[in-house]
Amino acid sequence: MSLAEKQKEPQSNGIPDEWFRPLDRSEQDAEKVSRPSLSYWGDAWQRLVKNKLAMAGLIFLILLALLAIFGPIFSPYSVREINPPNQNMAPSAEHWFGTDELGRDVFTRTWYGARISLFVGLMAALIDFFIGVVYGGISGYKGGRADNIMMRIIEILYGLPYLLVVILLLVVMGPSLATIIVALSVTGWVGMARIVRGQVLQLKNHEFVLASQSFGAKSWRIIRKNLLPNTMGPIIVQMTLTVPTAIFAEAFLSFLGLGIQAPYASWGVMANDALSTILSGDWWRLFFPALFISLTMFAFNVLGDGLQDALDPKLRE
Amino acid sequence: MLRYIAKRFLIMLVTILIIVTLTFILMHAIPGSPFNQERGTSEAVQANLEAHYHLDEPMYIQYLLYLKSIVTFDFGPSIKQPTSTVNDLLGRGFPISLELGLVSVIVAIISGILLGIIAALRHNKIIDYAAMAIAVLGISIPNFILATQLIQSFAVTWQILPAATWSSPKHMILPVIALATGPMAIIARLTRSSMLEVLTQDYIKMARAKGLSPYKIVFKHALKNALMPVVTILGTLLAGILTGTFVLEKIFAIPGMGKYFVESINNRDYPVIMGTTVFYSAFLIVMLFLVDIAYGILDPRIKLHKKEAE
Repeated sequence: MSLAEKQKEPQSNGIPDEWFRPLDRSEQDAEKVSRPSLSYWGDAWQRLVKNKLAMAGLIFLILLALLAIFGPIFSPYSVREINPPNQNMAPSAEHWFGTDELGRDVFTRTWYGARISLFVGLMAALIDFFIGVVYGGISGYKGGRADNIMMRIIEILYGLPYLLVVILLLVVMGPSLATIIVALSVTGWVGMARIVRGQVLQLKNHEFVLASQSFGAKSWRIIRKNLLPNTMGPIIVQMTLTVPTAIFAEAFLSFLGLGIQAPYASWGVMANDALSTILSGDWWRLFFPALFISLTMFAFNVLGDGLQDALDPKLRE
Repeated sequence: MLRYIAKRFLIMLVTILIIVTLTFILMHAIPGSPFNQERGTSEAVQANLEAHYHLDEPMYIQYLLYLKSIVTFDFGPSIKQPTSTVNDLLGRGFPISLELGLVSVIVAIISGILLGIIAALRHNKIIDYAAMAIAVLGISIPNFILATQLIQSFAVTWQILPAATWSSPKHMILPVIALATGPMAIIARLTRSSMLEVLTQDYIKMARAKGLSPYKIVFKHALKNALMPVVTILGTLLAGILTGTFVLEKIFAIPGMGKYFVESINNRDYPVIMGTTVFYSAFLIVMLFLVDIAYGILDPRIKLHKKEAE
């Protein structure tokens, strides 16, 4: 059978000719991008949303922040106002969380405590961020001698027992909100600096950095524009995990009597004041600050874990 | 290896020197000096203090003498308790704190590792989720909060266990649980994740192919490597447990060093604060050093890396 004959053949196996019509290219959309392209952050966000525990943590923290800001405003009671006839009342319709030994409303004080805890946590994380990023960035990018010396300093600071140094500083500076934050930051940035340095060390030999250098970019510009944006993932995780550490430290110090002073309330102070009431059965005095310290730390921890998984490029599917 | 140890040792000494210097500077930075008569100290105490701190000498001599007293382990007199020195307090309190800390460390390590192994072996099953839920809770609940809730339930409501003091093993249960839970949770999480990594390695498949029992695979082959990350955080855990003893001894009225330390903070008994801080810091820094060395000895890869780097 010749080739020419074969081409005439197709009708014989029962397939109609029009089935072999060439496809109209203009209708084809194989090349079309059906969804918007997913950025690193979009991808991370999508995976974070799938993590129910982390989302629960995030939602709790948003609610807590709202209550911390607006709760005291809408409450008919003041944080500081002493009301002796109402002392140590159990939770009721007027006082949802009960009252303390001076008749102050525990509900109002709890949101005041939230303000202080969140403020201390966020400030500590921010200060750690600034010092750690600058220090770690310079140390990692410069390398060599400078890096060596800067790492020795970090190694020494890392060896200092965190809370003992903080206690020592507070004893000298006197307890107040500002001194707590300062004391927490004095040694707290070391972890952040180590992470940033490690990341910068890994990234600085990539081509895009070389390209920047060949255009004559200054070191600080390269650190800021090229290196840091690429290390934001680990930095954010570290910041999220710094917050509960700082909240714990504040509560711990307040509990030792080195924290916020009366009449202001922090959860640590409230727990400390309530310690003597354990035996008398006024459970609400201790229960609410204890509950909120634990829930807040829990929320930050699961959110941090979730972010760690979501931002880790190795886990990208 | 010897070079590594020597380097770490040097860093340890510098760190201790810094904390000693820091306490010295900070105590002298307090307005009006903590050793002044205005603080209501008695004549006898004032005499003791002046003799110990050589307050009439110039600052650098004071500093050198202070260093000397630290090296010879003499932390000076207490302001509030004229009859005892800081050494007396340390001698009385530290053994109790050490007992509490040591028991807690042991409980935390054993239960943490077991919890981590169980979670890893039942990966993504109910038991795994339960174990990790316990672990995250353990990390999130501060030890002093846990302690108060334990007292409330076990000692007040159900009255099964004593609420305070330190006289029998029964008294140890609640403080040890409160102190050990946090570190236990951290160890469990670390053990789980490194165990999961190790269990996918070829040599574990090999061991399984050889027909070894699961028990032998886990405890003889996997655990050894899975525990390396746990060793690295032992130093930080010790620090946490040690500072934890401060509050727990306060809550449970345990007559350990932590109780004196907290009292000294509240009374502004500066020599006790200084002495305890220096003593505890040095203790921790030495522990950190030992952990580092142990890690270097346990993990042969560290030595290799060091040689390559040099």
